[in-house]
Amino acid sequence: MTNLIDIKGVTHAYKTPKGLLPVLSNLNLSVPEGEFAAVVGPSGCGKSTLTRLVAGLMKPDQGEVWLHGKLVKSPRKTVGMAFQNPVLLEWRSILDNVILPLEIVAPSMPRAQKVARAEELLALVGLSGFETKRPSELSGGMRQRASLCRSIVHKPDVLIMDEPFGALDAFTREDLWQTMHDLRTKEPFTAVLITHDLRESVYLGDQVFVLSGRPATTQYVLDVQYPGQDRQRKLDGLYTPECSEMLATLREQIKIAQGRHPDAAGH
Amino acid sequence: MQTFQKIAVPFIAILIFIALWEFLVWANNWPDYVMASPSDLPAAYSKFWELFLIGSWQTLWRTVAGLALAVLFGTLLGMIMGFSRIARDGLYPILVGFNAIPKATLVPVLALLFIGQHNFNTVLMAFLISFFPIAVSVGIGLSTLEPEYRDILRSLGASRFTIFRKIALPKTLPEFFGALKVSVTLAFIGTNLVEIISPHGRGLGALFLSGQTNSNYPLMFAVLIALAVLGIILYYFVVLLERIFAGWAERPQQ
Ligand SMILES: Nc1ncnc2c1ncn2[C@@H]1O[C@H](COP(=O)(O)OP(=O)(O)O)[C@@H](O)[C@H]1O
Ligand SMILES: [Mg+2]
Repeated sequence: MTNLIDIKGVTHAYKTPKGLLPVLSNLNLSVPEGEFAAVVGPSGCGKSTLTRLVAGLMKPDQGEVWLHGKLVKSPRKTVGMAFQNPVLLEWRSILDNVILPLEIVAPSMPRAQKVARAEELLALVGLSGFETKRPSELSGGMRQRASLCRSIVHKPDVLIMDEPFGALDAFTREDLWQTMHDLRTKEPFTAVLITHDLRESVYLGDQVFVLSGRPATTQYVLDVQYPGQDRQRKLDGLYTPECSEMLATLREQIKIAQGRHPDAAGH
Repeated sequence: MQTFQKIAVPFIAILIFIALWEFLVWANNWPDYVMASPSDLPAAYSKFWELFLIGSWQTLWRTVAGLALAVLFGTLLGMIMGFSRIARDGLYPILVGFNAIPKATLVPVLALLFIGQHNFNTVLMAFLISFFPIAVSVGIGLSTLEPEYRDILRSLGASRFTIFRKIALPKTLPEFFGALKVSVTLAFIGTNLVEIISPHGRGLGALFLSGQTNSNYPLMFAVLIALAVLGIILYYFVVLLERIFAGWAERPQQ
């Protein structure tokens, strides 16, 4: 299988008034086509920077980002993005918010077709009947659902999500995990999910990448062996011994990344 | 019921205001050269109605022309300051300094600069006094646009212009109209300033001045009221535009 995303030896630093701030250091990360990569790491280690590099919004100082066998030099129409803040446009209805990427990517597509596509997705995430509502009339979870629809409406081959469920309460978050999982079975895409929730990374990810502290590099890769049928993951699966073991491993790795591991504490 | 209330409440408030005014003048027994009373005004209007019509029109069109220039120039300046940090750092002190100048001092300057161009000078003053809030609000609106808003379109390869048209511009509209409401009253003041201060003026300001020179006190008060009415009309016209173009920013009432 070919890798849809190939991040090769990426190093990046920000220029700040206090000098260069190295954020990523020789980071490697590959995601095969159709797979779901979850990325965890200490806060401030450079995860959002990584998403901006993959999306082509910035160029790395060193190293290369390849998408679909092409070197990324600038943004591409085949990418979808979702953020912690749903960033819906208040002057547009939910339907027109979802349609927005199509206006950029497929300006000549007839309006009826755009509407049909958006309605189809809104139905998939349980937002039928809310098409004409304004974003402020929806709950936080519903807004994030609409935001997810917008990020995949143009059928991107890569979906990049930066802590999209981070601001939601625990129950809403679990609902959205399931929605995300359902979406994946109906809409094929390769995904990179940044998260600070280890259970989320295990439930949604095929692989979990643990990044080290800043400057970040790939410290550990976990192949998720989810209990039960992989294409129909159940939330209950998170409470099995297999998952507990994976979560324990990840927690251990995060401690190392934060420099709080017993072995590292002595120095 | 609600629309009735919306019209009736301000209407009644105005009636109460007029009644209080009338009562004050009557209770203090003020002669009309101290304070004219509302009951003096109809006579002034009916006697000079033609002058009022001409003056209102002159004041109105010059205010609107100045405001239109302010919108064009202010938006352009705001865009430059919103998109370029260097422009922002460079222009801001100049703008603040210019805004701090009492505009009355500019009247003789303009009058000497463009001798005899009364219409031009008036429009120019309305413009000069009113572009500042627009430039600042557009500039701040654009420069404080959260990066994510830009990124949802930028990540699709959208051009800067598309991002401006689809995201930045509509998102700044509420701030723009907030500023426009301030600017419309400022432009109005600018117009009147020139009309009153500069010799051989036109418009309602000049009518006020002629009331003063002829010691026609009811006329002076009648002009003030006419100015207030014109100001209200202009202001609510902007409110109407705001409803149409940025009505989405209004929070639904609880
Ligand atoms: N545009 C920027 N300029 C300077 N420093 C930045 C910029 N963006 C992020 N940083 C810094 O780089 C580090 C990594 O940021 P980020 O990628 O957002 O981390 P994360 O998403 O993992 O929390 C942080 O210390 C942050 O303060
Ligand atoms: Mg982040």
